[in-house]
Amino acid sequence: MDVFLTQILNGLDKGSAYALIALGLTLIFGTLGVVNFAHGALFMIGAFCSVFLQRLLNLSYETVDPTKTDFLGNPAVIKTPYVESWFGPEMGAAIIDWSVPLAVLFAIPIMIAIGFIMERGLIKHFYKREHADQILVTFGLAIVLQEVIKAVYGANPIQTPAPDALSGVAVLAEGVVYPVWRIVYFFFSVVVIGAVFAFLQFTTFGMVVRAGMADRETVGLLGIDIDKRFTLMFGLAAAVAGLAGVMYGPINAPNYHMGMDFLVLSFVVVVVGGMGSLPGAVAAGFLLGILESFASMTAVTDIIPGINQIIIYLVAIIILLVRPRGLMGRKGVME
Amino acid sequence: MSKTNLTRRGVLKSGAVAGAGVALPTIFTASSAAAYTNEPTGASVTLGFNVPQTGPYADEGADELRAYELAVEHLNGGGDGGMLNTFSSKELKGDGILGKKVEFVTGDTQTKSDAARASAKSMIEKDGAVMITGGSSSGVAIAVQGLCQEAGVIFMAGLTHSNDTTGKDKKANGFRHFFNGYMSGAALAPVLKGLYGDDRKAYHLTADYTWGWTQQESIAAATEALGWETVNNVLTPLASTDFSSYIAPVLNSGADVLVLNHYGGNMVNSLTNAVQFGLREAQANGKNFEIVVPLFSRLMARGAGENIKGILGSTNWHWSLQDEGSKAFVKSFGTKYGFPPSQAAHTTYCQTLLYADACQRAGTFNPCGVAEALEGFEFDGLGNGKTLYRAEDHQCFKDVLVVKGKENPTSEFDLLEVVEVTPAAQVTYDPEHPMFAGGQLGSCNPGA
Repeated sequence: MDVFLTQILNGLDKGSAYALIALGLTLIFGTLGVVNFAHGALFMIGAFCSVFLQRLLNLSYETVDPTKTDFLGNPAVIKTPYVESWFGPEMGAAIIDWSVPLAVLFAIPIMIAIGFIMERGLIKHFYKREHADQILVTFGLAIVLQEVIKAVYGANPIQTPAPDALSGVAVLAEGVVYPVWRIVYFFFSVVVIGAVFAFLQFTTFGMVVRAGMADRETVGLLGIDIDKRFTLMFGLAAAVAGLAGVMYGPINAPNYHMGMDFLVLSFVVVVVGGMGSLPGAVAAGFLLGILESFASMTAVTDIIPGINQIIIYLVAIIILLVRPRGLMGRKGVME
Repeated sequence: MSKTNLTRRGVLKSGAVAGAGVALPTIFTASSAAAYTNEPTGASVTLGFNVPQTGPYADEGADELRAYELAVEHLNGGGDGGMLNTFSSKELKGDGILGKKVEFVTGDTQTKSDAARASAKSMIEKDGAVMITGGSSSGVAIAVQGLCQEAGVIFMAGLTHSNDTTGKDKKANGFRHFFNGYMSGAALAPVLKGLYGDDRKAYHLTADYTWGWTQQESIAAATEALGWETVNNVLTPLASTDFSSYIAPVLNSGADVLVLNHYGGNMVNSLTNAVQFGLREAQANGKNFEIVVPLFSRLMARGAGENIKGILGSTNWHWSLQDEGSKAFVKSFGTKYGFPPSQAAHTTYCQTLLYADACQRAGTFNPCGVAEALEGFEFDGLGNGKTLYRAEDHQCFKDVLVVKGKENPTSEFDLLEVVEVTPAAQVTYDPEHPMFAGGQLGSCNPGA
């Protein structure tokens, strides 16, 4: 029972990341009709927003301490972060400690801007091209972005730890402990997903976007500049992926390749959920996350070795055979 | 109608000229025929440095490349000479190798066997490299070692820790300075017993490829010999990033030690996940729960950040060692690049010097001569104490360091502390040991 509950939590946690990335992917597909293979790179850039802010907050001035030596035997250089000298050692240390939550605020405008530039600068030129062309250009873009990040930050993972107050484990039941930050990540994703749905459901802007997703031409005939709104939706999708990346940093240290690790799985999530279906992406994200988690249990892999590596694709095949449009796919999309 | 004037003198003259013309190439090739692949004929000799310049081990590859460049500089008489000054063999004089200036070409292994073989092949066939060295993965090392054997060049392995490299996949043209999984197990076991006792239950998470398998086999055998019980061994896909599904069941498994047979990004993520799940603070079977990482690397430890504190492991070399060789290398490397070298940099630097020295002693670049010079070669002054390049399997036998993640680091480089220097005799095994059985060294191949 303990193991069962822990794997459910693990599944929800993995599913949170899948759902957030898949939500942005399907949002872009549903509005602009673009299959964006650079979406994983946006997740990765979000995580590196956190790395960047951490480095920024750790910018230091140097003083030489003659009583200590460095590895070459020269007088040691002591680094003191500027924030600690500006706000005092305790406050400065607290600001650095909370760099990941702070990076959420920092990442939103940056990710929207990156999404906007990506869409206006490159992807809009491929709207009328075939999906294969869109996949090629966005995949190429993803490789360029990850190589840029690697050139700047190196290939090794860089730790972006959670604040001390949100580290450690929570005891959920007898024998069931779970990392606090992973619980925070799950609730964070629920809030973000809820906010995106509320934005689309309860605002005029969202209503127009939904109308545009259903019938782009008719909305255009009503004199609404739907393209402009769809561009903003690209920015929103980039921000959602970026936020997912920022908050994921304390779970697994950011590295330049993390976007690619999630990309393929997120596409499977989108296809299983139904191309262009927002609730489908979220439901499929959590479903596949939980299934993957259970498939990794020793009791399962002992019976079917290797099932943990193929479970998601196996389920995708079965669902697509039974429901070719995915769980909640709309008629006419990708048909 | 044409008329031909043939004279006896003319026929003899023409025949002599034609005969000389036909014989000429044979005359030259008879004296200059390559006795072995890429025999250097000019004033320089080319070495091939095959390291991961892209991919997940690119940082380690970059450090290897720095060490190679430093070694070449020292071989050619530049810089402060580094470990040439402390090396027990005094054959190298800083005038290249056998009087030829050392030049190098580089290849990118991408940490993929096929890419590594392709880049090694290109360096041998197009650039004329007489020796290939490098790598940051056992799968790659074994693949490139096989290629070098076929091509007839020496392979001086870089960072490869699988028993198989000098075990079932050993080759006569291949040599490894780095230690291996068996040695890690043999060095760690007594320290584990001293610190954690002999009544422990271990749960292993193991990377599902050659290095992971041999590492797990080695550490499990060493700890079981102490009296530990191996509760479970779970193979994790190499591409795994989130290990939470594998970590979560550990606490309820009855185990009180988690052994992470992971390296690189796998190690960083699995260790981070284990610490997140509170394993370091946990209690099991009335004891403190412990985590062990058999193969440590400072570059990887940096990626794991705070999570590394107090975790035991083993390493081939560490920059804080105070022997003359290590100090000379750290000074030389640190002055040139501004930070201390990694164990990957150390082993690749040593391999370059050892190859150069072997050529010098053999008086040839012929792989068979070089191999003969390396086989059974005993040396000192390269940072690991007295070392033997064993003839039977081309594996170096030297002291192994047991290290622990430092609780209070004084700098960004000061991440590991040496807990014990395990003497070479304690990690030496029989060449026919079952973990290394199944392969034949064969005979050296000079190629050409």
